Amino acid sequence: MSTHCVAELQEARKCFGKLTALDGLSIQVQAGELFALLGPNGAGKTTAISLFLGLARPDSGCARLFGKPPESIEARRHIGVMMQEAALAPELRVREQIEMVAAYYSEPLSAEAVMDRTGTTALAPRPYGKLSAGQKRQVQFAMTLVGRPRLLFLDEPTVGLDVRARELVWNTLQDLIVGGCSVILTTHYLEEAEALADRVAVIAQGHLIAQGSVDDLRSLVVRKRITCRTHLSPEQVSCWPDVQSASLDRDGLHITTTNAESVVRRLLSADDDLHDLELQRAGLGEAFNELVQGVNA
Amino acid sequence: MKSIALAENFAPGLEPALSTTMPSRRFLRAYLSEAKYESLRMLRSPGFTVPFLTLPVALYLLFGVVLFGTELAKDSKAALFVFMGFAVFGVMGPGLFGFGVTLAMEREQGLMKLKRALPVPPAASLLAKMLMSMLFVTMVMITMLAAAPIGHLHFTAGQELALLICGVAGCLPFCALGLFIGSAASAKGAPAFVNLLYLPMIYLSGILFPLPASMHWIVLASPAYHLAQATRAAMWTASEGAPAVHVAVLAAATLIFTALAVRRLQQAG
Repeated sequence: MSTHCVAELQEARKCFGKLTALDGLSIQVQAGELFALLGPNGAGKTTAISLFLGLARPDSGCARLFGKPPESIEARRHIGVMMQEAALAPELRVREQIEMVAAYYSEPLSAEAVMDRTGTTALAPRPYGKLSAGQKRQVQFAMTLVGRPRLLFLDEPTVGLDVRARELVWNTLQDLIVGGCSVILTTHYLEEAEALADRVAVIAQGHLIAQGSVDDLRSLVVRKRITCRTHLSPEQVSCWPDVQSASLDRDGLHITTTNAESVVRRLLSADDDLHDLELQRAGLGEAFNELVQGVNA
Repeated sequence: MKSIALAENFAPGLEPALSTTMPSRRFLRAYLSEAKYESLRMLRSPGFTVPFLTLPVALYLLFGVVLFGTELAKDSKAALFVFMGFAVFGVMGPGLFGFGVTLAMEREQGLMKLKRALPVPPAASLLAKMLMSMLFVTMVMITMLAAAPIGHLHFTAGQELALLICGVAGCLPFCALGLFIGSAASAKGAPAFVNLLYLPMIYLSGILFPLPASMHWIVLASPAYHLAQATRAAMWTASEGAPAVHVAVLAAATLIFTALAVRRLQQAG
């Protein structure tokens, strides 16, 4: 195990009855990186996180947190956890929820400090059960940070947040990464992973199907998209070599191609009046869809 | 990573903690904090406080004073029987429901899972629920002792202390039973299972009304009966059977149901 590796699954296999949830999954998360774990529903993300957190044990292979078994309380004193489904006691006030979690750690932040950083100070005296869904997520995020963790597990951290609150979470995560903290993020918002992640792993049917930077994953998809305003019709363009599809809408002509340079050259030579030309790479979303479809095919 | 402008108030201070050890003072604080907030949340739940804090004394005043007060004033044995019945009734609820229903809900709603993932000290959540139950039982015993003179019962300070200690310690087998139900039942099913145990245990233990001699064997299976007899013995009042046997039965029920529940929680989470 690398000295900079904070969490690791090594050939982890986990079955539930006849269902194989994870089949020899190996993942390493390094210090100071935001690692996004992506996959369709039922891919094995939750099982992988459960192994990382020591909530379940692999049938074979191993899971390590800071080089120790995840069940070790010493290892868990360096993690913060935000689970999507955990329902906290509705009777306790926000400050009390944060203070209760702070007590589990050896060197926690004060409740005031963490509420200040997460924009939850105004919520401090309010019972948790009276908060909106978005406010509850903000409080859960504050609880995640209060122990000054070295590794955060965040499950859909920005679901239900407004734009400002989401930006605050993103900014805080960036600060944490700069400070040397690592983050394991599971999210269905691919734009969130695209914006924040240093590395991404895509799993499907319990297998790791791709791992690397966002750019690495995008490069797996060779398609690019061209948009322009032209007198050429979709029917004319769609029969050109390397053009996969062409369609017209009020934004102009959209072309999907595997050889953008060649198609752009031909477009420019075919229409002198062509304008508003834009060329886009495949996004993480397209890369994700292609990877997952490849597995399901 | 994309560049996002940092808010001005995000000064350094989020650096990860480096210490790998937890001072024993902070360790103890974690247990106390868990117990404090468990008690606070239950005290703020009217659905828990109203029935378990007020019902035992209210029923005692109704039956022991308002309805049958005149008759009981002439019969100290019967007055003590009624008092002891509602005192034991007050001991049973917080442990059975505080563990059984809330644990099942916390399991189903993911809170137990979150606490297992967090560095919560070993058994802190269960100890917190136990201390919460003991706190509620203490309050119930104090209100019962305050109501006793109205029911023509006058205890010595030693008897009052014995009742308090027996009540607080006596809630443990009910905590263990609640823990067992909470570890196995769903959130929806737990209240039904707890009531399925709670109501027969009250009515078939002979603590509220004597059962016919032919049915006496049934009471031996109820922890409520053994607690009532052990408490009577500790208060130097007439009791049935050997006190050591009652204590042994209560201790065995506590250990067996705790062991079953812990095994179940380790298997299922």
